[in-house]
Amino acid sequence: MLLIRCPYCEEERPELEFRNAGEAHIARSANIAGESDDDFEKFFFIRSNPKGIIYERWRHIHGCARFFNAVRDTVTDKFVMTYKAGEPKPSKLPGAAK
Amino acid sequence: MSGAFRIPAAGRLKQAKTARFSFDGQSYAGIEGDTLASALLANGVHLVGRSFKYHRPRGILSAGAEEPNALVQIVRDEARKTPNVRATVQELYDGLSANSQNRWPSLAFDVGAVNDLASPMFSAGFYYKTFMWPKAAWKSLYEPKIREAAGLGVSPDRPDPDHYSSRYAHCDVLVLGGGAAGIAAALAAAETGVRVILADEQAAFGGSLRFESGARIDGQDGFAWAQAAVAKLAAMDNVRVLPRTTAFGYYAQNFVGLVERVSDHLKTPGHDLPRERLWQVRAKRVVLASGAIERHMVFANNDRPGVMLAGAARTFLNHYGVAVGRNVGVYTANDSAYAAAIDLKKAGVNVAAIVDLRDNPTGPVIDEARALGIEINFGRAVIRAGGKLRVSSMTVQPKNGGGERTIPVDAILMSAGWTPSVHLFSQSRGKVAFNDETRRFVPGTYAQDCVSVGACNGTDGLSATVDEAYAAGAKAAKDSGAKAAKGAKPKVDASESWSRGMLGAAPGAGPDTTVKAFVDFQNDVTAKDIRQAVHEGMRSIEHVKRFTTNGMATDQGKTSNMHGLAIAAETLGKPIPEVGLTTFRAPYTPVTFGSIVSHARGPLFDPTRRTAIHPWAEAQGAVFEDVGQWKRAWYFPKGGEDMHAAVDRECVDVRTKAGLFDASTLGKIEVVGPDAAKFMELLYTNPWEKLEPGRCRYGIMLREDGFIYDDGVVGRLAPDRFHVTTTTGGAPRVMNHMEDYLQTEFPHLNVWLTSITEQWAVIAVQGPKSRDIIAPLVDGIDMSDEALPHMSVREGKICGVPTRLFRMSFTGERGFEVNVPADYGQAVWEALWAEGQKHGATAYGTEAMHVLRAEKGYIIVGQDTDGTVTPDDAGLDWAVGKKKTDFVGIRGLKRPDLVAKGRKQLVGLKTKDPKVVLEEGAQIVEDPKQAIPMKMIGHVTSSYWSQNCGRSIALALIAGGRDRMGDTLYVPMPDGVIEVEVTGMVFFDETGGRLNG
Amino acid sequence: MAKAAAKTTASPSAERRPALAGRSTSATGVKVDVLAPAERMSLRAPEASLAALSKALGVTLPKQPKTSATKGGRTVLWLGPDEWLVIDEAGNDPLADCAKVTALHSAVGISHRNIGISVAGPAAEATINSGCPQDLSLDAFPVGAASRTILGKVEIVLLRTGEEAFRVECWRSFSDYVFTFLSEGARDAAG
Repeated sequence: MLLIRCPYCEEERPELEFRNAGEAHIARSANIAGESDDDFEKFFFIRSNPKGIIYERWRHIHGCARFFNAVRDTVTDKFVMTYKAGEPKPSKLPGAAK
Repeated sequence: MSGAFRIPAAGRLKQAKTARFSFDGQSYAGIEGDTLASALLANGVHLVGRSFKYHRPRGILSAGAEEPNALVQIVRDEARKTPNVRATVQELYDGLSANSQNRWPSLAFDVGAVNDLASPMFSAGFYYKTFMWPKAAWKSLYEPKIREAAGLGVSPDRPDPDHYSSRYAHCDVLVLGGGAAGIAAALAAAETGVRVILADEQAAFGGSLRFESGARIDGQDGFAWAQAAVAKLAAMDNVRVLPRTTAFGYYAQNFVGLVERVSDHLKTPGHDLPRERLWQVRAKRVVLASGAIERHMVFANNDRPGVMLAGAARTFLNHYGVAVGRNVGVYTANDSAYAAAIDLKKAGVNVAAIVDLRDNPTGPVIDEARALGIEINFGRAVIRAGGKLRVSSMTVQPKNGGGERTIPVDAILMSAGWTPSVHLFSQSRGKVAFNDETRRFVPGTYAQDCVSVGACNGTDGLSATVDEAYAAGAKAAKDSGAKAAKGAKPKVDASESWSRGMLGAAPGAGPDTTVKAFVDFQNDVTAKDIRQAVHEGMRSIEHVKRFTTNGMATDQGKTSNMHGLAIAAETLGKPIPEVGLTTFRAPYTPVTFGSIVSHARGPLFDPTRRTAIHPWAEAQGAVFEDVGQWKRAWYFPKGGEDMHAAVDRECVDVRTKAGLFDASTLGKIEVVGPDAAKFMELLYTNPWEKLEPGRCRYGIMLREDGFIYDDGVVGRLAPDRFHVTTTTGGAPRVMNHMEDYLQTEFPHLNVWLTSITEQWAVIAVQGPKSRDIIAPLVDGIDMSDEALPHMSVREGKICGVPTRLFRMSFTGERGFEVNVPADYGQAVWEALWAEGQKHGATAYGTEAMHVLRAEKGYIIVGQDTDGTVTPDDAGLDWAVGKKKTDFVGIRGLKRPDLVAKGRKQLVGLKTKDPKVVLEEGAQIVEDPKQAIPMKMIGHVTSSYWSQNCGRSIALALIAGGRDRMGDTLYVPMPDGVIEVEVTGMVFFDETGGRLNG
Repeated sequence: MAKAAAKTTASPSAERRPALAGRSTSATGVKVDVLAPAERMSLRAPEASLAALSKALGVTLPKQPKTSATKGGRTVLWLGPDEWLVIDEAGNDPLADCAKVTALHSAVGISHRNIGISVAGPAAEATINSGCPQDLSLDAFPVGAASRTILGKVEIVLLRTGEEAFRVECWRSFSDYVFTFLSEGARDAAG
């Protein structure tokens, strides 16, 4: 069981309190109704599924109930960092980013 | 006397406490503190089992958890028959009853032993080669027969009557292994005040100090020092000492699973004691002090009962006071077996000879053995053991060939050296490194915050071990935040020496021989099998392992892996590191299902949710159905009614009089804030801004892809407050879906969501008499149609308690849903029931609810929809706000496939024969005479007998369904084709007049 | 039926039947008791409203994660950055207190949604750790600490009311599971 740092609770908490919520930084268009088929396809269906660093959303559903963002390495299953929902994608990762 | 082989002057057990036990029906006496293995040996019993494949007689190889042979079935009673228990781990208690496994009719005469004679047939890869064809026979014939013949004990066939507990624990320093290294590390850490857990798989701490007669620490015998140190640790508030506890799995971020065997060693376990306790420990630092496991010598017939590890023989002597024979031989490639010979000799056992593969080793133990008059043969090999059910001799030959000499013995003590136990280190994802000089794998690159100390780290000698472990314990404590230690490092006064030994097959079991020199005892893998695997093309050790099954038994190759690897490397002509080591996986030793499941059995397997009104329904004799975790009243049979009769009556009563229904399980969410209506506009297809407070609306929620996700009636209580209902099963995910959008897509909205599912009990009162039933109990609400029209909500009181009273209907009749705070649910229900009795009202369950709604064509999300149905498909396009510029799913609805012609649409179906009730899920075709596979154009989603309609009714999703009104379609079933007519979805009261009836 | 006028005559009040009322169990070192009904409110509010709400409630809303504040029989638990659980055991309705507050907030009554269970005694921590994965040592979870978390397979809110005392809150229909789980945990907690 992993420990995940909740950026709202400001501490590491057991994975059982969390739920994964898919890839992060996929913005819903303010004018979604007018979006082209291609753009909607990219927004709704296409995910990066990388080997290595992934930016994803988690919810501390059985804790503070907040959604937040996390950077995780899909090879080692290690969390690199977490940050609050709405904050920009970090340009630099702590430690040696691959 | 507790056995003829007990030596009163030796060992640490108190002779006074006798424990009687039986093995294969024969009674014996042992001593409290014995293991089953030591007690059997004390009685001269070596033969304890038959091997897996060849059914060869097997004895006790080891004195610990690595035991591959001595697996027995422990029988406490009819329900407690534990198979595959290692006799070397099972502690003796008075009355213990054990049976041998994998033999028939008896241990001494086993019919299956014919496999031993036929062994050329059973060589490596045998399973893969022999049982390939025909393929179908694998499941029906081969596998069952193989399992029957190659059994490993018998599973109990009754529910496990024991209970198992679990505990999450956190500590600063977790020390795994309670030998000298583990104890020293734990002392160093504990003295700083940090939280320490020290666990060892044995009942007694001490590790190798249990047998090392030459160890002295802090002026005491090593074992005595260990006991004193552990007692001191156990008395400290910041330390938890766990004996009989195996660390079986090392997971991410220093999360370690341990199983504590709490009561398997007790004669009568207390009722409250669990059998085992699962510890899930999160440690800031882990100290691995898991020791080393002695390897056997690989020579012909090295599996005969009486042939055992030298260290084990020493443990049986020095700890349990048991001589493993009266005339023993020793076969070794390293120094440590000499100590066994010396100890046994001093205890009065004759040591016939020491056979040492090395040419001219020197050292104090060799001198001492010689001084005791033991015959020592250097540069020689034991090429074969004699005897069958018990070893009777060893045949010795110069290692480079020459004359043979057979020496009579009743036990052979062997040692090829010691393998560091890197299992847990490897599980932690650490990478092992091969030390060419000592020829062993030791911890190399660490992946987690842990450190290995002592023998498992390849550290030789007690003094170096204690130094290393104490320093590591102190550092682990410091790294976890501790201040400096206050204690003093234990001082090693005397210790025994270690030397490296050998890997692989010994002379006499070399490449050109066909002898049975066992590498893996439990899976019957010989040196020849490993070589054959290489000859047949296996190159990687992972393939060799799978082809031969070496290391794949329940002992996971604890004694066999290194030998197997060395033989494979030699055959391949490659250095060992290039062939690689197989990956160690959890569990280290087998873990019971009981421990894994722990509390999650019976009522704690999964929560059972009951409504506030449940006790009333139960008292009425309701039959319940499971809806998710909820128990819901399904129907209320009266006077011997079957389900069909009860549901028919309930349905008719609701439409002619009235019915009460417990709708408490419906999901409920209170949406509050100045932007509540804006939020509702975004989450539902419907318009909400203009909904007046006090009015309700049926809402549809979509996913972004345009498909129906949930539905429910929503009441607006105030401009900034909505009472939203969801489906019973959808409640948690709808809440999550709404929170997701609110927090991450629409965080600018000032609105909050609170689950109120369980705040309110909900009593649906439906039917022409419903108002008459409710009105007398209500305060402060005008119940007239003008003041409280269909689809409206009022707050007031009922029976003196607060209510949110909805005028709404899921039956098509005049109807209400009375929400009251949950603790009042049952009392208000009873008051309504009493009132209802004046009007002939019935209580109805979920089945009648389903029929009644189907009569009206009201859909159930998840039954009539399946995640691929749009509002238009379901005939609900009217609920989509056409002027809206945004809501979740608005774009998805415009996708080409979702607006294409010919989509499956929800329609009604009437069978041509009104008595025939279709099966839900049945497929529908246009032409029943077409060739198979037929083209299926849709399927039945809901189907019931409707007593109110006097016929069967059904809903179905059919391609282009609304263009097929009046068409005849066909439902092919195994016993014939059913003719159906496509109709509208409303079967009863098409004009809807009854809503105000 | 003729027009049914709004009635004003008071009906006798319906009997309150709390779930698990009076259930209690004890084991070596720990006692598990179902607590009496209490007034409860889920409070949601932005930072700017906290002063006004604290004043109205008579207790300062805590802003630190995993903390709570108690005054006059009323405890306010931080559950999230804009979420508090208010539990009043003195019979005063916090909803009524917040009704007057004009500052932005959401107050929803949940008195009947939750059941409170007390776990007390030297083995209380071990009892809860039988199914709760959080570190409940006094350093990590001191007196007054509060958190939504997990017990076995369900969600609970956990409040440490004393060095050897906790209050466990769960939803009504999960209370049977939670009480049974805690009873099982208690049975083994001294071990």
